[in-house]
Amino acid sequence: MHDFNYHKTSNIEEAVKVHMGAEDGTYMAGGQTLLPTLKQRLAAPTDIIDIAGVTELNTITVSDDVSLGSMATHASVANSSEVSSAIPALATLAAGIGDPQVRNRGTIGGSVANNDPAADYPAACLALNATITTNRRKIVADDFFTGMFETALEENELITSVSFPKPDKAAYMKFPNPASRYAIVGVFVALFGTDVRVAVTGAGDNGVFRPTEIENSLSSSFTASALDDTTISPDDLLSDIHAQSDYRASLIITMAKRAVAAAS
Amino acid sequence: MPTVTMRVNGKTVSGEVEARTLLVQFLREHLRLTGTHVGCDTSQCGACVVHVDGNSAKSCTMLAVQAIDADITTIEGLADGETLHPMQEAFRNNHGLQCGFCTPGMVMSAVDLVNKNPTASETEIREWLEGNICRCTGYHNIVKSIQEAAENVGG
Ligand SMILES: Cc1cc2nc3c(=O)[nH]c(=O)nc-3n(C[C@H](O)[C@H](O)[C@H](O)COP(=O)(O)OP(=O)(O)OC[C@H]3O[C@@H](n4cnc5c(N)ncnc54)[C@H](O)[C@@H]3O)c2cc1C
Ligand code: FES
Ligand code: FES
Repeated sequence: MHDFNYHKTSNIEEAVKVHMGAEDGTYMAGGQTLLPTLKQRLAAPTDIIDIAGVTELNTITVSDDVSLGSMATHASVANSSEVSSAIPALATLAAGIGDPQVRNRGTIGGSVANNDPAADYPAACLALNATITTNRRKIVADDFFTGMFETALEENELITSVSFPKPDKAAYMKFPNPASRYAIVGVFVALFGTDVRVAVTGAGDNGVFRPTEIENSLSSSFTASALDDTTISPDDLLSDIHAQSDYRASLIITMAKRAVAAAS
Repeated sequence: MPTVTMRVNGKTVSGEVEARTLLVQFLREHLRLTGTHVGCDTSQCGACVVHVDGNSAKSCTMLAVQAIDADITTIEGLADGETLHPMQEAFRNNHGLQCGFCTPGMVMSAVDLVNKNPTASETEIREWLEGNICRCTGYHNIVKSIQEAAENVGG
């Protein structure tokens, strides 16, 4: 790992200001993605701005929607009884990220900002139509995830919270890589009244996406059997040592059916 | 160079480190607490697990500067003098280790589990060990050890 200047910050304004003054700065939340990346020398920022001490980012608030401060750890979301009763699928998703030690430190803000094509939270954001709030503006999930490891965030922009509207029914099903637990395919389904939203992670060669074929089939009937004749083209799907694109295409339908069957 | 101060196994310690110094390097190389191991460079093996303010964490995936003012417990901090911690005793009774390389991390992870969920089922124990890799035992005796320790602690 290359060396860098380290800054501990304690409020949002301070964090943004230090970032703006840095030559090539990067925020650090839980460090569970950033530190492995630095260890492999895939990045070499001049300055690290640690936001773990910004306590206003730790809050979890459940009212009309579920609002998670960007520093909410995966463990705190998984263990929140309020989140579990408002959107059980969200707590289940958080409980299935990586391992207990990663969940103790990793945060939703870091996961969403990183937009790893195999990460879990981006699927929840897209399917639940979440709003990502930053120090500058609000961005809806449909506009936020712009490609593999790419988001609408601008230089220095800091995610402060992510809020999820409560669906009538939702579930997340993941087929994990047995070593890392990242998704080979993960499907999040959500029903809002008669509106169906579905998001797929782990499979798209441009990151998380909404499969219109599946959304259309489920809009006519929100049942697993409604997907019996639905297929997904493998053309824009990832092919790697873990799974070929046609296998991923088939897994998407299987995971979507399981998610619909489990939705509550 | 940044100065870090933290509590390690109940004692206040400080030292000068580079910003990039990992917590595990600080523990092993500055404090000479070599019980905490490093088994990978991908944050996956769990040989480096310690407790940070009561929660297990991978000390290879934390900077020493992130632990400023934190309360750290390492494998060296578990035993009470010559008396092993019930989890260490259970690993010994149940042949829960062979080469011992993964053991410090396994024990620290297991203690965190039993603190939080003293009645963990076998399935919950196996799921909890997702972040700890063992190349020797095949895990069965590790799971048995944790079950026995949980029973002893729970009374
Ligand atoms: C062994 C292992 C297994 C894992 N398994 C999974 C898995 O199964 N599923 C999964 O989804 N993830 C997995 N992860 C990733 C994990 O969830 C990370 O915690 C998460 O992706 C990043 O969160 P973090 O808080 O650690 O972010 P950091 O590593 O601190 O930051 C990541 C990036 O986000 C930026 N950032 C952080 N916070 C903000 C903010 N508030 N505003 C703007 N930018 C910000 C940083 O600058 C950095 O570029 C795994 C990680 C490991 C090490
Ligand atoms: S050394 Fe392998 S996870 Fe820390
Ligand atoms: S006992 Fe050898 S790696 Fe676990």
